[in-house]
Amino acid sequence: MAAGKEIRTQIASIKNTQKITRAMEMVAASKMRKTKDRMQATRPYSKKIAQIISHLAQAKTEYQHPYLTGREVKRVGVIVISSDRGLCGGLNSNLFRMALKQLSLWEKENIEADLCTIGGKGTSFFSSINANLVAQIAKLGDTPHLNDIIGVIKVMLDAYDEGKIDEFYIFSNEFVNTMTQEPVMEKLLPVEAGKLEEPLGSGGLWDYIYEPEAKIVLDSLLLRYIESIVYQGLVENNACEQAARMVAMKSASDNAGNLIDELQLVYNKARQAAITQEISEIVGGAAAV
Amino acid sequence: MSIHVDIVSAEGEIYSGSAEMVFAPAEMGEVGIAPQHAPFITKLNQGEVRVKVSEEEQYPFYISGGLLEVQPHIVTILADTAIRAKDIDEAAALEAKAKAEEALKDKTGKIDYATAQARLAEAMMQLRTLDRLRKRGG
Repeated sequence: MAAGKEIRTQIASIKNTQKITRAMEMVAASKMRKTKDRMQATRPYSKKIAQIISHLAQAKTEYQHPYLTGREVKRVGVIVISSDRGLCGGLNSNLFRMALKQLSLWEKENIEADLCTIGGKGTSFFSSINANLVAQIAKLGDTPHLNDIIGVIKVMLDAYDEGKIDEFYIFSNEFVNTMTQEPVMEKLLPVEAGKLEEPLGSGGLWDYIYEPEAKIVLDSLLLRYIESIVYQGLVENNACEQAARMVAMKSASDNAGNLIDELQLVYNKARQAAITQEISEIVGGAAAV
Repeated sequence: MSIHVDIVSAEGEIYSGSAEMVFAPAEMGEVGIAPQHAPFITKLNQGEVRVKVSEEEQYPFYISGGLLEVQPHIVTILADTAIRAKDIDEAAALEAKAKAEEALKDKTGKIDYATAQARLAEAMMQLRTLDRLRKRGG
């Protein structure tokens, strides 16, 4: 029964792996609930700030902010949000594939791209392919805070202010539902006010009273607007990561179960064959006597 | 006569409801907003926001800065979660840049599409194989 022992140890080792994947599945499921709550908690802020921006776009502002007006595109800035850890199915690969497609499209139009990554996977991927990484941050954990990402955003916004980049995009995963996450690309700058909904009835003849003055208020408002979108992308990506990991680990556990069943069958057959052989040997021996 | 008040921060909603009056620490001095106020937008300093629902019922909130927007019937306060100062932001930006430089010590500045495609293709193949294995097994 030498083969039998081998199969038994193999089954035991698969069972151990299955225990790990099952534990990871449960951890991911509970983390997913929390990250989803956090994702929902960021919605009111981004909704409110988008509303204010759309009000602003309709008001007759005396001052035109550079973030609201486009210019000819020679170079773009991109923030890519990815997860820190792997074992989450095709989540990061799908995002990177979309990013590469877009980057090569830009390259064809002679537009260069400055990348900025949030999350370890993105950093290692884009640095290994020699992309032009200008800033990165990783290991933000499951409860990222807004002040963690102020730095990377400031690098990009400064580049925009100085005219080094002419458009600013964000690539991240959108949480469709637990089973589906989709890589999406969104333009952050220049702000496309037409996209923001909610017309105000008053026909664009009014303006805000600004305190201290329009430029300062608009500066800090638009800064917070960009930050809130990136932050929302980050928490959404976190929820995606946990959901993708949960699904990936569930299928890993199922696969392990199937493997165990198959091996168990092989083991039983081998055992049965050995027993049959032994009996026939005994019977044959008895007949010879 | 009442006015709707929303206080939100990037990390969550803080207060939502109607009130008689709202007091906030604007940069040019404390402001009180009553219903039918003209459209108004201002930066807030760190301090206390007070929502006065009635004479007896008043809610204080501490904020570390932010923005206040007023429409005739809606007051929105966007509260900051982080303490903002130019030099703190600057330091964070420098740190993010330094980290990126560390990550690509040997960069040539040209995207190596071939390697990237190969690596992605590899990952996709692995996934597809897993998928096929699962279908066969299940």
